[in-house]
Amino acid sequence: MAALTIATGTGNWFSALALGVTLLKCLLIPTYHSTDFEVHRNWLAITHSLPISQWYYEATSEWTLDYPPFFAWFEYILSHVAKYFDQEMLNVHNLNYSSSRTLLFQRFSVIFMDVLFVYAVRECCKCIDGKKVGKELTEKPKFILSVLLLWNFGLLIVDHIHFQYNGFLFGLMLLSIARLFQKRHMEGAFLFAVLLHFKHIYLYVAPAYGVYLLRSYCFTANKPDGSIRWKSFSFVRVISLGLVVFLVSALSLGPFLALNQLPQVFSRLFPFKRGLCHAYWAPNFWALYNALDKVLSVIGLKLKFLDPNNIPKASMTSGLVQQFQHTVLPSVTPLATLICTLIAILPSIFCLWFKPQGPRGFLRCLTLCALSSFMFGWHVHEKAILLAILPMRIGKNKDV
Amino acid sequence: MEKWYLMTVVVLIGLTVRWTVSLNSYSGAGKPPMFGDYEAQRHWQEITFNLPVKQWAKFINPDWIALHTSRGYESQAHKLFMRTTVLIADLLIYIPAVVLYCCCLKEISTKKKIANALCILLYPGLILIDYGHFQYNSVSLGFALWGVLGISCDCDLLGSLAFCLAINYKQMELYHALPFFCFLLGKCFKKGLKGKGFVLLVKLACIVVASFVLCWLPFFTEREQTLQVLRRLFPVDRGLFEDKVANIWCSFNVFLKIKDILPRHIQLIMSFCSTFLSLLPACIKLILQPSSKGFKFTLVSCALSFFLFSFQVHEKSILLVSLPVCLVLSEIPFMSTWFLLVSTFSMLPLLLKDELLMPSVVTTMAFFIACVTSFSIFEKTSEEELQLKSFSISVRKYLPCFTFLSRIIQYLFLISVITMVLLTLMTVTLDPPQKLPDLFSVLVCFVSCLNFLFFLVYFNIIIMWDSKSGRNQKKIS
Repeated sequence: MAALTIATGTGNWFSALALGVTLLKCLLIPTYHSTDFEVHRNWLAITHSLPISQWYYEATSEWTLDYPPFFAWFEYILSHVAKYFDQEMLNVHNLNYSSSRTLLFQRFSVIFMDVLFVYAVRECCKCIDGKKVGKELTEKPKFILSVLLLWNFGLLIVDHIHFQYNGFLFGLMLLSIARLFQKRHMEGAFLFAVLLHFKHIYLYVAPAYGVYLLRSYCFTANKPDGSIRWKSFSFVRVISLGLVVFLVSALSLGPFLALNQLPQVFSRLFPFKRGLCHAYWAPNFWALYNALDKVLSVIGLKLKFLDPNNIPKASMTSGLVQQFQHTVLPSVTPLATLICTLIAILPSIFCLWFKPQGPRGFLRCLTLCALSSFMFGWHVHEKAILLAILPMRIGKNKDV
Repeated sequence: MEKWYLMTVVVLIGLTVRWTVSLNSYSGAGKPPMFGDYEAQRHWQEITFNLPVKQWAKFINPDWIALHTSRGYESQAHKLFMRTTVLIADLLIYIPAVVLYCCCLKEISTKKKIANALCILLYPGLILIDYGHFQYNSVSLGFALWGVLGISCDCDLLGSLAFCLAINYKQMELYHALPFFCFLLGKCFKKGLKGKGFVLLVKLACIVVASFVLCWLPFFTEREQTLQVLRRLFPVDRGLFEDKVANIWCSFNVFLKIKDILPRHIQLIMSFCSTFLSLLPACIKLILQPSSKGFKFTLVSCALSFFLFSFQVHEKSILLVSLPVCLVLSEIPFMSTWFLLVSTFSMLPLLLKDELLMPSVVTTMAFFIACVTSFSIFEKTSEEELQLKSFSISVRKYLPCFTFLSRIIQYLFLISVITMVLLTLMTVTLDPPQKLPDLFSVLVCFVSCLNFLFFLVYFNIIIMWDSKSGRNQKKIS
């Protein structure tokens, strides 16, 4: 009987939480899924049926491959399992194919990959010291953090209903953060480099990583007052970090460099033609900017300051992904958004450099970088807010 | 109570599981012309909405039904409406009853009360039938539960009223009627038939008669109409059993085709006698020694006797046994969990027909994990925990070596679970041989029936051997 208890993994509240949320994910299989489902099916088809040289050129479907190469390889590996479920989904011309077996396979692949997320949460829990609080389970920081991360409803809705693969990617990020907390900097850097080549949206938080590793890892010691001790600069560490990043990038982009396809890959990865805002606006600064522009143009029309003929036809609220010009306020270019973002992250970066507070300071800076990029970035999706929410959870719990 | 927020979380989890199960297919989805229970409920809405009361029972003419163009109506919006009605009915009647019941449990900590509520709300059988297959069992079971609550807390009149409503909602609740009757009668006797007891008896009789009259008033206009209603409610013409069900007669039929051999009236008498003989001891005990604990256990054994031996039993009737077992979850967690798992398993052929395999497996696992985590059931398998102590002491007077009862029960549990898992796997993956197309359904029913017989014996033992410790211990409500 004791063996059965252990087998069901219920001697441990963490296992119960993980198992419980996994069962909930299974129940969500028949729910609605968005076009992202077809996106990933298409990528399975592309990576399975076509040679590498075609991956970033293929455009039969409108959902072209726009994630970095590691994700393409991930889809490639998945496609070899997919063929046992339903061979038809791997045909590039089978647009919008969603048989019940395809659905089952895709949903289960997300649920399965979340194992990495569960592991990462476990590692993060280890970094929390929960000895100060009382015995009550629901008051332990580890329990609260586990619930907030494992049962995060934003992630559940985006991954298991809308359909995406954010779970294991956030797992990689949380794992790299955990490693930094555990002073295993090289592993943390390696994991982050890998993560960047899975989904480049994590560039949002790259400045935090870069500055933190440079300041707190490459400079091995501080002066007594906490400021930088230039003489403690370690070339070995810098070189080894650089080597790690370089090797990972080489592994990822190498094949495409050899094929002279780098410009094409980058144009797919950074599609600036898609416009300032996504089809449904992310609640960021530019949404307010657009709204203000709209209000001013309506007022301007009413008060006859503007000529109706000069107003461009493209509407920002039509739900389409395209470029447009603003009518009253100056139009925004990608460079402008970059500058705004950089200005926004400058204070936290300065703090990280001049007053390092170890991993906790890094975590705060990371959250702020994510939030600033969300606020001022070019073509931000609403889902990107998860990038700010999840690290914030850990930060909150450390302060409990 | 403190920690109300945890109870809220439990209720929300229950609601989430129910709603996600309702995303799946329902009984008879896309299967004309018969469709299934979903269409039945829609049809009854059609009748009651469109026709005057006089004609509700008059459905002799099948052509009439065909005239209505809404027959077999299936659409996404309609499905949403139907599912929502089930959820609302559940939320208004069943779930508050469960929460209140758990809060009123005595002698256990707040955390255990909340865990108890979680386990009851996660019971897969009711969720799958109501939200998957599609029925409104939570209404009748909810009313019955209010009845149990009322009577256990000494609000006898309100409890009886609630139970009358339950019976008038679904006549299957008659399975629970005898224990209610015996317990209340016992209470009246205890208070003394010449004084307060008699007053109570009269009051109860009035309430029961009044509620029945109120519900049936529209149908009393003609004698023929009343008879028609009764004929519809108790279809004795349909035979000893229909389809495959985990009761004695169906299992017996595997070896000896009694359905075909014996004439109809003999079958009726046989079923009647065996049912009443099997439930008589517990009921008499309840009249003589009414106690809340005895009442709950008698509900279980009575309903189980009816399920196993009665006429025209359907697989879903096991829910009527599962409800009282949920109520005793806190007293004998190990056996209750085992029973509830078997009860869900016994409905497997039905659930597979409705394409509810994934929700069945997931909810069963969730329920199992919840029970194991909340009650640590595997640590509660000693004789005392299983309430078999007085029984085994009596047996040891004749057989001194009878010390391995709990060990036997643990092994039986393992065998039972392994058999259930194997049969599930076989039913899902393999095709039955051509000569025996119903092989797996019959096997499922047979295995479940054996389990249920074991539980019948077990629950009766608890009831009968409770007398010796019952008088010495203080009354546990």
